[in-house]
Amino acid sequence: MIDLKDSANGNGTPTVSPACSATRGRPSPGRMTGSSPLSFMVWVILIAVIVASMNDVAPSIDQLAKGVPSMLSLMDRMTPPNTDQAFLGRVFWKIIETFQIALVGAAIGIVLSLPVAWLAARGISPLGPFSFLSKAFVSLLRTVPDLVWALLFVAAVGLGAVAGTLTIVVDTIGFCGRFFAEAMEDSEKDPQEALSAIGANRLSILFGAIIPDTMPSMINTSLFALEKAVRSSVVLGLVGAGGIGQELKVSFDLFQYKNALTIILVIFVVVLIMEYLTDFLRTRFS
Amino acid sequence: MTAVIRLEGLQKYYSSDVPVLTGIDLSVVEGERVALIGSNGSGKSTLLKCLIGLHPITGGSVETLGERFTAQPTSRQRDGIRRQTGFVFQKHCLVKRRSVLSNVIHGLLGLKGSWRAFTHQFARSEWRDRAMVALEEVNLGEFAMRRADALSGGQQQRVAIARALIREPRLLIADEPAASLDPAAGKDVMALFSRLCQDHGITLLYTSHDMAHAVDYSDRVVALKNGQVRFDQASDTLDPAALRETFHD
Repeated sequence: MIDLKDSANGNGTPTVSPACSATRGRPSPGRMTGSSPLSFMVWVILIAVIVASMNDVAPSIDQLAKGVPSMLSLMDRMTPPNTDQAFLGRVFWKIIETFQIALVGAAIGIVLSLPVAWLAARGISPLGPFSFLSKAFVSLLRTVPDLVWALLFVAAVGLGAVAGTLTIVVDTIGFCGRFFAEAMEDSEKDPQEALSAIGANRLSILFGAIIPDTMPSMINTSLFALEKAVRSSVVLGLVGAGGIGQELKVSFDLFQYKNALTIILVIFVVVLIMEYLTDFLRTRFS
Repeated sequence: MTAVIRLEGLQKYYSSDVPVLTGIDLSVVEGERVALIGSNGSGKSTLLKCLIGLHPITGGSVETLGERFTAQPTSRQRDGIRRQTGFVFQKHCLVKRRSVLSNVIHGLLGLKGSWRAFTHQFARSEWRDRAMVALEEVNLGEFAMRRADALSGGQQQRVAIARALIREPRLLIADEPAASLDPAAGKDVMALFSRLCQDHGITLLYTSHDMAHAVDYSDRVVALKNGQVRFDQASDTLDPAALRETFHD
């Protein structure tokens, strides 16, 4: 036993009793025990890459020192926000258009995600072992950023809201397709087997057993998709795909910083309202 | 009497060295209630699946509802068998988030032109009426619009029986229908099964681990042991020693 009393040896140093020294624990493991040389090397390389990259792209102290006054000057030119009635009216209609892009794009995307997810869900897909094809398609839609899709659709269908809506559709299929498929794969198998035993076809099993079972998860995912669509739709205008983003870009291009601040504040309020609304609906339906 | 089920030398191997059923001869006539008993792994559930063509057989022949096949039924034969057969499973297998009424209407899926039967909202009025009749038969008419998972285990199993009855089957196959229920609910469900099959002239083939359920609600008891028929006797002349022997080495 370790005796911490001062009186044990007169100088306050802990002592080990003879009984304890006979049954002393094993020596503690080395500090690097359990970590392989390979994982150690991976860590070293990762840190080296970060440090090397910082040299190239991280702001220097000098740049930060110069940037702060510029930012303050910009803030000064942005305030107060433009509250001119005619301008606010224009912003209002643009934000409505933005919301329409998000709502229609998300709605179409969610509906189209259902068959795509069904084809991609392992063990459920009518494609059998080829379900990976649908999964790969969903991955492709998801991994290409929405601004890149927007550029493609602007080139294909021209400037405006239609390109934005198509972008949201594709982005939503990429998002919902994956999560719907995972929910379907995790759905309860017993009712599906029961319906299969009486000869129900795959479509009947999908609508009769799989969709009802996965409904809470799909509603949750759909609300996240809608929230994501609203956030995406405000920036799509930067590449000409309609919505409030287009107005924001024009304001910056023409150095109308007061207009820009008004638009940023409106976007902030709309996104915030959307988040509160989807949170409320999630708790209501989950 | 017409034989609804006739098995001749039925063999089923899951792989060449794993025999499950080794030469089963069995005949069940129209309107008969037959209990299949045996310990775990004796081949009861496999036999039921072979009857409806869910599992291909290795040898012998199966004739179910006039459709005779070796190896596997054709899809036409399988459809023919399923059209006239109702199923009740051990774990009721209801769609929990759907109403009781929708679950009963699901029993029509697989029949011709039944694609609208996935939910009661889209089902034909005639199907909805049939579902209500089936629910009344299992004394659950007042629960039609409740969610399936809001019912007790015994009630859920009665919904599963109604789902099987709505098909107006000639043959009802039940795989340990009372196994997941408490003794009282299990007894109720078995009594209901037995009565409904008698009332409608449905042939009943069910598996059970419970000796009382096997003896009290069947006309005949067939015991399986090591993939073979150990005995096949009328339930009212059953020898208790033979019963015990089925479950012990």
